[in-house]
Amino acid sequence: MEHTTVDNGNERQYVRFTRLNRILHVLMIVSFLSLALTGMTLKFSYTGWASFLSHVFGGYETAGYFHRFAAIIMVGVFIVHIVDLFRRKRREYGSWKALLLGPDTMLPTRNDLTQFIASMKWFLGMGPRPQFGRWTYWEKFDYFAVFWGMVVIGSTGFTLWFPEFFTQVFPGWMINVATIIHSDEALLATGFIFTIHFFNTHLRPEKFPMDMVIFTGRMPVEELKMDKPAEYASVEATGELEARLAEPYPPIVIRAIRVFAWMALGIGFSIVVWIIYAMVFAYQ
Amino acid sequence: MTARHAFSRMLILAAAALVCAGWARAQESADCLTCHEDKALTGTKRGKTVSMFVDQKKFAASVHADVPCVACHADLAGKELPHEEALAPAVCSDCHGTESALHARSLHGRAAGRGDPLAPRCTDCHGNHAITKVSDARSPVSPLQVPFLCGKCHQEGTPVARQRTIHQDHILENFSESIHGEGLLKKGLIVSATCASCHTAHSILPHTDPASSIARRNIAATCTQCHAQIEMVHRKVIKGELWEKEAHMLPACVDCHQPHKVRKVFYDQGMADRDCLRCHARADLVSARDGRSMAVTPEHLAGSRHAKIACSQCHAGVNAAKERPCQSITQRVDCASCHAEVGQEYLQSTHGQLFVRNDPNAPTCKECHGTHKVLGKAQPASSTFPTNIPALCARCHREGQKAAVRYTGEEHQIVEHYRESTHGKGLSRGGLTVTATCTSCHTAHKVLPRSDTLSSINPRNVPSTCGRCHHGVEEQFSGSVHVSQAGKTTKQLPVCDDCHSAHTIRRADEEGFKLTIMNQCGRCHEAIAKTYFDTYHGKVSQLGYTKTARCYSCHGAHDILPIADPRSHLSRENVVATCQQCHPGANRRFAGYLTHATHHDPAKYPWLFWTFWGMTGLLVVTFVVSGIHTLLWLPRALQWRRERTRAEKAPGPPGPAADTTQHDGAHHGG
Repeated sequence: MEHTTVDNGNERQYVRFTRLNRILHVLMIVSFLSLALTGMTLKFSYTGWASFLSHVFGGYETAGYFHRFAAIIMVGVFIVHIVDLFRRKRREYGSWKALLLGPDTMLPTRNDLTQFIASMKWFLGMGPRPQFGRWTYWEKFDYFAVFWGMVVIGSTGFTLWFPEFFTQVFPGWMINVATIIHSDEALLATGFIFTIHFFNTHLRPEKFPMDMVIFTGRMPVEELKMDKPAEYASVEATGELEARLAEPYPPIVIRAIRVFAWMALGIGFSIVVWIIYAMVFAYQ
Repeated sequence: MTARHAFSRMLILAAAALVCAGWARAQESADCLTCHEDKALTGTKRGKTVSMFVDQKKFAASVHADVPCVACHADLAGKELPHEEALAPAVCSDCHGTESALHARSLHGRAAGRGDPLAPRCTDCHGNHAITKVSDARSPVSPLQVPFLCGKCHQEGTPVARQRTIHQDHILENFSESIHGEGLLKKGLIVSATCASCHTAHSILPHTDPASSIARRNIAATCTQCHAQIEMVHRKVIKGELWEKEAHMLPACVDCHQPHKVRKVFYDQGMADRDCLRCHARADLVSARDGRSMAVTPEHLAGSRHAKIACSQCHAGVNAAKERPCQSITQRVDCASCHAEVGQEYLQSTHGQLFVRNDPNAPTCKECHGTHKVLGKAQPASSTFPTNIPALCARCHREGQKAAVRYTGEEHQIVEHYRESTHGKGLSRGGLTVTATCTSCHTAHKVLPRSDTLSSINPRNVPSTCGRCHHGVEEQFSGSVHVSQAGKTTKQLPVCDDCHSAHTIRRADEEGFKLTIMNQCGRCHEAIAKTYFDTYHGKVSQLGYTKTARCYSCHGAHDILPIADPRSHLSRENVVATCQQCHPGANRRFAGYLTHATHHDPAKYPWLFWTFWGMTGLLVVTFVVSGIHTLLWLPRALQWRRERTRAEKAPGPPGPAADTTQHDGAHHGG
């Protein structure tokens, strides 16, 4: 191949995520961590940590403002993503059918089921590693987990934000129900993101300790070939590969991103530790 | 008395009539008058020439008109007339035996017996031939005349006053200015006390004689002849009956109301403070018994609440007849002889009970009030002035002091806690004298332990004790469920201090109070408090913030009522308004929010229960499935990486999808 190489530091890399996607992910991280930290102070209010954090945020009221502000950002991320979907449908795919049923679809397909079964076989030493394409089944699961979570936590969150408005229609005890759903779904979301998602994308040995692609948008072609052989094959076959290569970011940018990403990762892990402590050792 | 007198008088008159009938035959009074009606008739008496004229008119008007001369001039009986000049004195005792006997034992009679020429005899007071009834204003012994009669001898300048020992001076002047003298002489009240009312007419004895009407023991009886209900007037001073039973221990009437000068005022001079101070003003005076100082600083007394009280009123039992009048004092000062009610309360109190048991730690009146320097509680310098009370009680009740070491209850560091409490700050920082001090709650004299049902701090009495200042709160509280349930539950119902504490009372609008009050409610309402902490309100509180609904925000503080009661803050009529205090847009459905929700009760809250378990199921399934997926993935991925590393190092047939030297982009920072 034409770019078997020497100096990989300057080698052009395969662009996997658009600028908008990367920005949305960063905003998602910031808002999600803020929501998790401020929300958990209430959920685990019986721990000393919660009280400490609440005071760090400047009191429960200020923490509440942070929480709602972050929620607005997250809803904004959600809306921008939907708008972006419409725009891409119009510009790149032409129809919903092409977008939703094409090879790069985010919707689960028969192939995902096949690859899930193949993965299980691979895990158990009963077959080779599946030839993953543009989106793996676990990436699709993560994507829809967020979709589901946005709807569930968002809707209950607004109910709790405007109880006086919602109780004009719903009975008062629905506020209690909304509280349980909001809080437990948040527990599911944080627990899942900070363990399963972290492992699937960053901590699995192929990527350890961190996959930078979601921040830089770029990954070495060799890595693509190894991790997503079907996608590599596809872009190479269509001749798109060359068009999707780009210069890597300078090291200073990479370092800045790394600092941010490690902070996010650290906060996420801390929250997991705190949740485990709160649920196992301090549960009331 | 009068009936008996009248009867005996009748007997005497009857007897006299019989005797007179006999005399009449022998010597008619008319025979005497043949000589004695001559105004010029004179005779010699003790060397002086005196008139021997007998005014027949006056005699006829006298009580003795029907009595023949010889009945009194007994030595003339049967004698030839005219008689010799030297006659024995007229005899009264034949008819007036009782009076004569009393007179003979009296000061006057004994002096006469000694031959004292100044000693008064019957005729000196009663006159001779013109004796009229006592009720006759002309009688020298009628009430209006008595002071002047006695004053003939007992006034300054008379031979009696000059030559005989009379302890009182200016008797007549003093009497005429006293309330008795004023009544008698200025207002003409013949029932007012005269000399004879107190000293008796015939049985005049010194006050040192136990039989005397003015002996210390008898004074109360003497005064109560007229002032029959006087103990009713003095009930604040003394129990009336004690006056007669234990007269030796109590102040006698004359201790306060000096004889002869008695007026309806408080007296600025007691028995003889000056006499006491002759010895006790000496700074080096010490007790012979135990060496303690017996010195008295007159200025202390003069500036004290008792400035107008005489030494002997407190140090009762002095005997003025002794050279050291205090020699006869056997009792300690008993303040209760004046402060009777307070004394009774004290004896019921813990302090008083210790005193009764002779406990050396027992505080007596003087421990708190001091002795000669005693001041009123309204005087800032007084140890019992509100701002000084905590320090006063702390002398014994501070940790480590004698009262604190005996105490077995749960309240500790009370002085320090009190100073930090809202009452203590009110006193020390706000300078409020109306703030609660120790005695406001524990009372000053009736201090009793909480367990005693008579104690002001017994749970039954706490609301009314606090209500003395916090009346409005007591009114609300007395209608609340915490009072109305009394008798309907076996549980101990809370009173003020169960929520507010005893010595660490804080302002109810302080953060600390707002946070702890929920624990106070939770001590009894355990289950419901727990469910509160499962809700938003509870969680915010638990974080340490107070700007959220707490128990009393919805239920009320002192006026808690059952929800079924229409006056309750949570009744159907009021609940929306209660929510609107914080949630202005609250409506009826909003009020249906479950403020004590729990997802552990499927019967009561099925929606919450099943939502919770549905969500929990979702969590468990998600984590189990993805967890297994990850755990299976990890060892395989590690193995895959090892194989690829090995393939890179040993060039040969390429590994799976690894036909380049680089694979692990993450390691290289992209």
